[in-house]
Amino acid sequence: MDQPSAPMPPGMRETAALIHKLKLEPPQSFLRKYVFSLDHKVIGKQYLDLALVAVVTGMVLSWFMRFHLAFPKSTVPLLSTLAPKSAADGLMTPEMYLALMTMHGTIMVFFVLTTAPFAGFGNYVLPIQVGAEDMAFPRFNMMSFWVTFTAFLVLVAAFFVPDGPPISGWTAYAPLSAIGKDAGPGMGTGQTLWAISIALFCVGQLLGALNFIATTLDLRAKGMTLARLPFSTWAWFITSVIGLIAFSVLFPALVLLILDRVAGTSFFIPAGLVVSDKLQPHSGGSPMLWQHLFWFFGHPEVYIAILPGFGIISHILPAFLRKPLLGPRVLIACMAAIALLSYTVWGHHMFLSGMNPVSATLFSVPTLIITIPATITTLLWIGSIYGARIRLTTAALFCLGFVSVFVSGGISGFFLAQPSIDTYLHGTYFVVGHFHFVMAVAAIFGIFAGTYFWFPKMYGKMMNETLGKWHFFLTFIGVYCIFMPMHYLGLAGNVRRYSAFTDDYMQGSLPLHRFITFAALFTGAAQLLFLLNLVYSRLKGPPAPVNPWEATSLEWTVPSPPPLDNFGGAHPEVFHGPNEYGVKGSSGDFVMQNSPEKVAGE
Amino acid sequence: MMEAVETAPPVVPSRTGVWVGIAAITMSFAAYTSAMLVRESAAADWAHFHLPAILYWNTLVLLASSGTLEMARRRLALPEAAGAARAGQGLLAATLALGLLFVAGQVMAWRQLAAQGVYLATGPSASFFYVFTVLHALHLLGGVIGLVVTSARVRADGGTRALAALGSASVYWHFMAVLWVYLLVVLTIEV
Repeated sequence: MDQPSAPMPPGMRETAALIHKLKLEPPQSFLRKYVFSLDHKVIGKQYLDLALVAVVTGMVLSWFMRFHLAFPKSTVPLLSTLAPKSAADGLMTPEMYLALMTMHGTIMVFFVLTTAPFAGFGNYVLPIQVGAEDMAFPRFNMMSFWVTFTAFLVLVAAFFVPDGPPISGWTAYAPLSAIGKDAGPGMGTGQTLWAISIALFCVGQLLGALNFIATTLDLRAKGMTLARLPFSTWAWFITSVIGLIAFSVLFPALVLLILDRVAGTSFFIPAGLVVSDKLQPHSGGSPMLWQHLFWFFGHPEVYIAILPGFGIISHILPAFLRKPLLGPRVLIACMAAIALLSYTVWGHHMFLSGMNPVSATLFSVPTLIITIPATITTLLWIGSIYGARIRLTTAALFCLGFVSVFVSGGISGFFLAQPSIDTYLHGTYFVVGHFHFVMAVAAIFGIFAGTYFWFPKMYGKMMNETLGKWHFFLTFIGVYCIFMPMHYLGLAGNVRRYSAFTDDYMQGSLPLHRFITFAALFTGAAQLLFLLNLVYSRLKGPPAPVNPWEATSLEWTVPSPPPLDNFGGAHPEVFHGPNEYGVKGSSGDFVMQNSPEKVAGE
Repeated sequence: MMEAVETAPPVVPSRTGVWVGIAAITMSFAAYTSAMLVRESAAADWAHFHLPAILYWNTLVLLASSGTLEMARRRLALPEAAGAARAGQGLLAATLALGLLFVAGQVMAWRQLAAQGVYLATGPSASFFYVFTVLHALHLLGGVIGLVVTSARVRADGGTRALAALGSASVYWHFMAVLWVYLLVVLTIEV
C-alpha cells in the first residue's frame, strides 16, 4: 500500500476523529467485532447474510405455492410436518396459500430486493469507492441493520402466532388489512406483526439512506468529484434519495393502519362495512387512501430494488468489456430521471381500483415516459458491448443476464402501462411474469453479479468460475422457463392470487402450471451450486489479489479484504473517473482512479 | 472527464444529516396532510371542534426557545468574551426548559380535549389532531436529546467541531418550530 497521502478534505474532519479512534483501537470482543460492529464492511455483510436467509425462506414458500398450483388435489410434501395444526392432512387451504403468498412477497420485496443490492453491497462498497474510512454516522449505520433485523424477526414471528401470517398480500390493501381478525385467519395478530415489521423496516432504511447520502456528499476523498464517482455509488446515492422519500410516506401509512387496527380510528375503514356477518364499528374511512399512500411508496420501491442493479451492472460491465461504458453522464442522468419520474406513476397500480379514466390517462403517460430513460440505459449497455473483447467471467455473464431479463420484463410493461389493456391483464399471471422479470429476477441477477465481482474483495478468496458458470446458465434458463409462460397464461385469462384451478375453465392451463412448477424446483435446486460456491470458495478458494478484475475504482486499490479503516491510514487522492478502460496506462489497458498519470484525451 | 475543480466549502456531515432528516420528516408530514385532505372529503363525518387555547401559548413558548437557542449559540461562539460561555450554557438550559414546557403544554391540551370527550377515535378530525400533535412532540423530544448531547460536547470542549454539531442540532430545533407553526395553521383551518 503506497497510497499518496493527501490532506483530508474539510468535510471529513467532523467524523474522522470518531472513526479514527474506533479504528485505531480495533474492537476486541466478539460482540463488538462481529455483532454490534460499527464497521460498514461488517454491516454490509450482515445485510447480505440477512438477505440470504430471507431469500431462501421466500423461495421455499414459493415452492409450496407452486406445488399446490400444479397438483391442487395432492398433499404437499412436508406441509403437515411444518404446519401440523393448519394442514394436519397435508392439504393446502386457500387461506394458507394466501398467507404463503403474503409472506413470500413481503420477505422478497423488503428483506431481499431492498436489503441485498442497496443496503448490503452499498454498505460494503460505497465508503471504499468514495475513499472514506467508514460511513458518516457509524452508530446510525449499526442501528439501521439491527432495526431491519428486528423487523425481519417480527415478520417471521407471524408464522408462530395461533392464526398464522396475514392473507392480505404484500400490499396489505385496506379495509381487509385494517379491520382485524374478522377479516380472516391471520388478519388479527399476524397482520399487526406485519405492520409493525414494515414500520420498523422503514426506520432502518431511512437511517441507511441518511448515511449513504451524507457519506457520498461529505466524505469523498480529495479529487473525487461527483463526476468521478463510480456508477454504482451514483446508483446507491440516487436510490437513497428515492428511499428517503418513499419510506417517509410508507411509515405514515403504517402508523395510520396500526391506529385503525388497535385504536379504533377510521382512516381506511368505510362506514357500514359488514365483514364476517359483523358490522364494523368504523365510519367514513377511505380504502383508496391506503392504496394511494402505499403505491406512492410502492412504485418507487420498484426502483429502489432495481437501480442498485443498474449501478452494479454499469460498474462491472466495462471491467469485463475492457472498454469504457458509453455515455457515462447520460447513464447518470437517466438514473436521476427515473428517480424523479418514479414519483409520478403510482396510479398505474390502481387502474382497476375505481379510478377516474382521466386520472388513469394522467398516470399512464409518465409510465410510458419512464420507459425512455430505462431504454436508453439498456441501449448504452448493449452498445458498449459492440467491438469489445469481452472477458466472459461469471460476473460478466450475470450482467448480460441482467440486461436480458430486464428487457424481457420491461417490454411487457409497455402493455400494462395502458389502462385499456391493463383492465384485462391486471388480475392475471401476465403481471406476475412482468414484475418477477423486471424487478425480482433482474435485481437478483444484479446481486449475483455483485457477489461474483466483489466476493474476492470481501473474503480475500476467488470464487470458483466453473461452478459459477453452471450456476448462471441453469439459473438463466430456469427463470425464463418459470416466468415466460406466465405471460402466456395471463393472456389466456389465467387469474392470479387463486390458490388452485380445479373445477373451472382454467383446467386446460394445468399442464403449463406443472411445467412452471418443475422449472421453479429445478431453478431452486440450481441455487445449491451458488450456496456451495459461497462456502467452498470461502474455505478453499485461491487467495484473491488486490485487483483480480483489473478494475479502476478505489476498492481495487486496497488489500482483499480491506483493513479496518479501508485505506490503512492513508488518504487516497483521485485523478480520474472510473471509466478509464481501453486506454494506454502504466498498468495495462486501464488507469486506476488514484493513479496520478496523465491519460490522453481526458 | 471533468478537471477537478474542488473548492469544497467546509461541509459538516452532521449538518447534511440534519437536512436529510428534515427532508424525511417534511415528506412524512406532507403524507399525513394529504391523508387528512383525502379523509376529510371521503365522508361527511368530519366534525369541527375548538382547539384548546393553550396551543397558542405553547406556540409562543416554542418560538421563544428558538430565540434563546440562537442567543446561546452567539455567546458560545465567542469563547474569549468574559462570561460568554456561562451565559451561553445558561441560555441552552433555558432552551431545553422551554422545549420541555412546550411538551408539558401539549400534554395539557390533550388532557383538556379528553375532558371534553374528544379522544383519538372520537372522529377523523380528532384522530388527525392527535396524530399531528403527538408525532410532533415525539420529534421534538428527539431534538431535546440532540441538544443535550451536543451542548454537553460544547461544555466538554468548546472547539469548532462541537459548535458545528450544536449548530446542526439547532437547525433541527428551528425546524421543529417551523413544523409546529405549519401544523397549527393546518389544524386551525381544518379542525
